[in-house]
Amino acid sequence: MSKLLEVSNVRVQFGGVVAVDDVSFSLNEGELLGFIGPNGAGKTTMMRAITGVVTPTSGSIVLDDKELVGLAVHSRVRMGLGFSQQLVKPFRNMTVLENVTLTAGSRHTRSPLGALFKVDRERDRTRAKELLELVGIVDAADADPSNLPLGYLKRLEVARALALDPTLLLLDEPLAGLNHAEAHKLADMIVDLNSAGRSIILIEHNLGEVMRICSRLVVQDNGNKIADGDPESVMNTPAVRAAYLGEDMDNAAA
Amino acid sequence: MLGLSGYEISLITSMGIAVIFALSLNLITGFCGQISLGHAAFYGIGAYTSAMLTKAGMPFGVGLLGAVIVAGLIGIFIGIASLRVRHDFLAITTMGVGFLFIGIMRQWDLVGGEMGVSSIPGSGLGKSGFMFLVLGFGVLTVLFSLHLKRSWMGYAFDAIADDEDTARVVGLNVSHYKLAAFAMGTALAGLAGALYAHNVRFIDPESFGFVESITVLSMVVIGGIGSVFGVVFAAAVLSVLPLWIQFIDEYKLLLYGGLLFAMMRFSPGGLAGLVKQILRHISSRKSLQKLSGGTKI
Ligand SMILES: Nc1ncnc2c1ncn2[C@@H]1O[C@H](COP(=O)(O)OP(=O)(O)O)[C@@H](O)[C@H]1O
Ligand SMILES: [Mg+2]
Repeated sequence: MSKLLEVSNVRVQFGGVVAVDDVSFSLNEGELLGFIGPNGAGKTTMMRAITGVVTPTSGSIVLDDKELVGLAVHSRVRMGLGFSQQLVKPFRNMTVLENVTLTAGSRHTRSPLGALFKVDRERDRTRAKELLELVGIVDAADADPSNLPLGYLKRLEVARALALDPTLLLLDEPLAGLNHAEAHKLADMIVDLNSAGRSIILIEHNLGEVMRICSRLVVQDNGNKIADGDPESVMNTPAVRAAYLGEDMDNAAA
Repeated sequence: MLGLSGYEISLITSMGIAVIFALSLNLITGFCGQISLGHAAFYGIGAYTSAMLTKAGMPFGVGLLGAVIVAGLIGIFIGIASLRVRHDFLAITTMGVGFLFIGIMRQWDLVGGEMGVSSIPGSGLGKSGFMFLVLGFGVLTVLFSLHLKRSWMGYAFDAIADDEDTARVVGLNVSHYKLAAFAMGTALAGLAGALYAHNVRFIDPESFGFVESITVLSMVVIGGIGSVFGVVFAAAVLSVLPLWIQFIDEYKLLLYGGLLFAMMRFSPGGLAGLVKQILRHISSRKSLQKLSGGTKI
């Protein structure tokens, strides 16, 4: 199996806070990797480093044998990254469907000049509708995202990333805000996407679903990678158990 | 011709020029969401360029073309310089560009310094011919704006206007799109400025100052940011009001500033937004009447 993503010795620092400390991991083509860890572990920061939203202080990130560090966010997205963010960011001056149609038609918007000469949206709207159907929010297609509950916005975020048809899909807590049944369904959809050949990194707090669907886990705690391997043995690692023991208390308090 | 008096022709011509100028800012501020408080500088660059070219003996058409190119090129240059600047700082930067332009023109003897440029050649088309030319450019600008709004470029502008960072995450080259907006908007402002110069035949630095920048911004905001017809309407009305009513001319800044503030406060969608709200209100009342009519039977 060939490597799709190779993250080597990445370190991200915000002022005095080291959010990611010298982390390395890799992803094979076609893999569904669970990237987990307690709150504040630096998971989101790692995803942001991969997409280029934050710049690592050191380290390298290689996608398909191409170095990503130093490239602009949009270039990385054009190279095949799709990012569904933890903090949902719908375009609020568009409907749900328009949000997804925009990325479904991303081939039109590669350059401004090219985009000026293209008008038709029909085909991309159809595709966007299919994706809304897939994530289960087609009933809100014409809604203004400002009026929707988090569970809908999370799935909008996923559909919008998916519409880019990325070779690597990064999902940052897509199940948050969903009830048990909805979470189960979306997790099944993630499995289907993966079975269809899409490589996925899934950050998720819903450990039940993570254990159910992921073939491998990477665990990060306090900016350090503390485990990497098949879910069963990873969850039995003392360091992981210790990290989640503290987390369980946090969750109970929250 | 058409039974229009010379006065009416000159009003319509001024109106047409204002519409082109306002739509040029609408491309930058309305469509792409980038505020500019110095847009009159590009209007001025167009005016000076065409004035100097035609005074040097170039044909009128070359003057217009030169104005478009020079204003657009300087626009791209300023655009590149302000790419890293965001939101409120962009307002300050563009305001600075406006003042810088005035400062340079005042000191630059080649273009008449404070005295400005007079005896600018006319278009050679006659008063009504020139009016039709302006209206023709106005119609083309409207059609271009409408097309742009419907195109994928307009779609990408919507995303950038709402949230730049997220626009990047969905793969948009935000810098290129902003530069495209700057280039088109400033080039078009250059055209409007050139038309202005050949209309009034005399220009000086004060014609392109901060008041003009605020005036054109008021037209865009009052018309409804991003709305083509709203902006056309606001530009047409606000450009002739001061010509009709002397009193308004004296209190122009106060009036426009007040309208600008009132719109931001009470109807951020401008007149276009207001009309939409009213239409929605009427149609919902109609459907209510239909409903109640239905239950009576
Ligand atoms: N933009 C930022 N500026 C400063 N500190 C940040 C920023 N983003 C994240 N952090 C800090 O980095 C650490 C890791 O955060 P994050 O990556 O969001 O963790 P996780 O996603 O695992 O919950 C936290 O201590 C957080 O406060
Ligand atoms: Mg996070």
